[in-house]
Amino acid sequence: MPSKTKKEWQEKVLGPALKRAPERQEKFETSSGINLAPVYCPEDIQELDYATALGYPGEYPFTRGIQPTMYRGRLWTMRQYAGFGTAEESNKRYRYLLEQGQTGLSIAFQLPTQIGYESSHPLAKGEVGKVGVAIDTLEDMEILFKDIPLDKVSTSMTINSTAPILLAMYIALARKQGVDTAKLDGTIQNDILKEYMARGTYIFPPRPSMRLITDIFAYCNKNVPRWNTISISGYHIREAGSTAAQEIAFTLADGIAYVQAAIDAGLDVDGFAGRLSFFFNAHNNLFEEVAKFRAARRLWAKIMSQRFKAKDPRSMMLRFHTQTAGCTLTAQQPYNNVVRVAIQALAATLGGTQSLHTNSFDEAFATPSQEAVTIALRTQQLLAYENGVGDAADALGGSYLIEHLTEQLEKKAADYIEKIDKLGGAVAAIEQGLQQREIQESSYQYQKNIEDSKSVIVGVNKFISPSVKVPNLLKIDPAQEKKQLDRLSRVKKERDSEKCNKALKNLEEVARSQENTMPAFVECVEAYASLGEICDVLRKVFGVQKEYLVF
Amino acid sequence: MAGEQNIRVLVAKPGLDGHDRGAKVVARALRDAGMEVIYTGIRQTPEMIIAAAVQEDVDVVGLSILSGAHMELFPPIVDGLKKKGMSDVLIVAGGIIPDEDIITLQKIGIKAIFGPGTPTSKIAEFIRSEVATRKN
Repeated sequence: MPSKTKKEWQEKVLGPALKRAPERQEKFETSSGINLAPVYCPEDIQELDYATALGYPGEYPFTRGIQPTMYRGRLWTMRQYAGFGTAEESNKRYRYLLEQGQTGLSIAFQLPTQIGYESSHPLAKGEVGKVGVAIDTLEDMEILFKDIPLDKVSTSMTINSTAPILLAMYIALARKQGVDTAKLDGTIQNDILKEYMARGTYIFPPRPSMRLITDIFAYCNKNVPRWNTISISGYHIREAGSTAAQEIAFTLADGIAYVQAAIDAGLDVDGFAGRLSFFFNAHNNLFEEVAKFRAARRLWAKIMSQRFKAKDPRSMMLRFHTQTAGCTLTAQQPYNNVVRVAIQALAATLGGTQSLHTNSFDEAFATPSQEAVTIALRTQQLLAYENGVGDAADALGGSYLIEHLTEQLEKKAADYIEKIDKLGGAVAAIEQGLQQREIQESSYQYQKNIEDSKSVIVGVNKFISPSVKVPNLLKIDPAQEKKQLDRLSRVKKERDSEKCNKALKNLEEVARSQENTMPAFVECVEAYASLGEICDVLRKVFGVQKEYLVF
Repeated sequence: MAGEQNIRVLVAKPGLDGHDRGAKVVARALRDAGMEVIYTGIRQTPEMIIAAAVQEDVDVVGLSILSGAHMELFPPIVDGLKKKGMSDVLIVAGGIIPDEDIITLQKIGIKAIFGPGTPTSKIAEFIRSEVATRKN
């Protein structure tokens, strides 16, 4: 007679089996320290009320997805993050990707552009055109989008402390192309808080940085209504070494801080919350990752409705971009990365992502080559068109394991958020080093587990084979730097310097006042002020932030 | 003979990138392995790193960079340390550094470059044995 309950099965069947042959590991644990049972059954989710905890796709609490039809209506946006060298080279890569069926652009900027220095600044030495494209003035932006009409693409820009300046350039470019800014579609990352705790491209202290962010919320609400004004990012928190639960918690806690700042600045929650978007990581543990996306959606919906009293369902929807986990790519046996990325991408799509970047297999060596990035894009196309992944919404919903993990992750994340609340919110917690300490602890544990062989990384600490050389790695031509410096000095010579100085002076006044800064940024970039010059003004007014170093 | 508790290490991050996970993990692992570790934080210029190495009188300088600016930033650090009379200091590095650059960097005096996936125990062992031969 088969067992009637889990308890009966444990006693009658599982117990004796374990006595005969123990399991191959003492415990089976997820990244977030959730200890898994041998199997999950109806008993494990007895408390779960379908209507309130899951509901239907497109309805509160959006656990099963934010759209009623999910990928049956429209597939996720395939959006490969790219940018290197000068604007000309990056423009070529974007046009190639669009020709290959990519459906949105995603711009990677060089570090000097991200940290507010001209390419000619001493600190920019060696960094020009590396990790992303060099943008100094509006002219670079004009070249970057040559033959790409801004009303026909959606553009995501990974830019944070200098986000208002890049957004201003995009707006100025749209005007030049004759495109109504109301038609612009895209995203700026604009998430400064995770920069202090994980990614490192902050310039100014948190308070003025938050003001720049809420200025963008207010400005876009009126002028660029379809723009996603922020992409609140857990991706980098996870890359820095956090667990899945910490990724949800620290991201949503940042989200809470932004919403609160905007409300404090006098904005109506339903006026801006629908334009908030999120960005998560897709890591190795397939089921924990799928559950993570579901848990994040449910928790955010509750936060927006209960804490912030949002009324519009759009304000409660957690829309997100996903990137597969760069930190899981190995230099050893690099072709294994193609498989890792495919499974991580599967997690993201089963988790209901709105857009996806799949990493290239050669990224443990260099910025991806065209061949590698094509395989990465094809991986998404395979999932979308060959594997039936999007044929029904939330395909894993109802799985006892997935529902259990979703609940556990939501609970763990909510506990962290409570801790952060008690410290005075995300900004105060960062100042006290809470998130940094937690992330460092997890990343150290992760590394120790690999070195103690508690975690297996194929090709790294098990199944090792002689190293393989990856052919055709991308190399940034050092001549690009000179080209960029020449262009910058020419633009500065040719521009109307009086107009430019006037715009910069006006920006300084506006920055010192309570006025919205966005129109002043647009005026500056239209006068071809460089991003470095604009940031110099802001550094003078706002000061600079030192690293919140916890070690 | 240098006891390993006497090994002083500066872990430094030149360049503008904020990818400090590796640097922090290595710094902590070396500390747990009994060394005295000073970590500089991110966005350090060659001048700042040289000054810190001199001031802290370290035996080892470990450089971590993932932005691709290593060929511009490592040589001035190596030169500067020599000029400050620290030609005995052991210099090692880690990050995303292509094979052909590794050869060049080793020639100018960076003793070892530890790529992605290197166990921290291997780094500690290397430092210990190198410093021991230098101090003998």
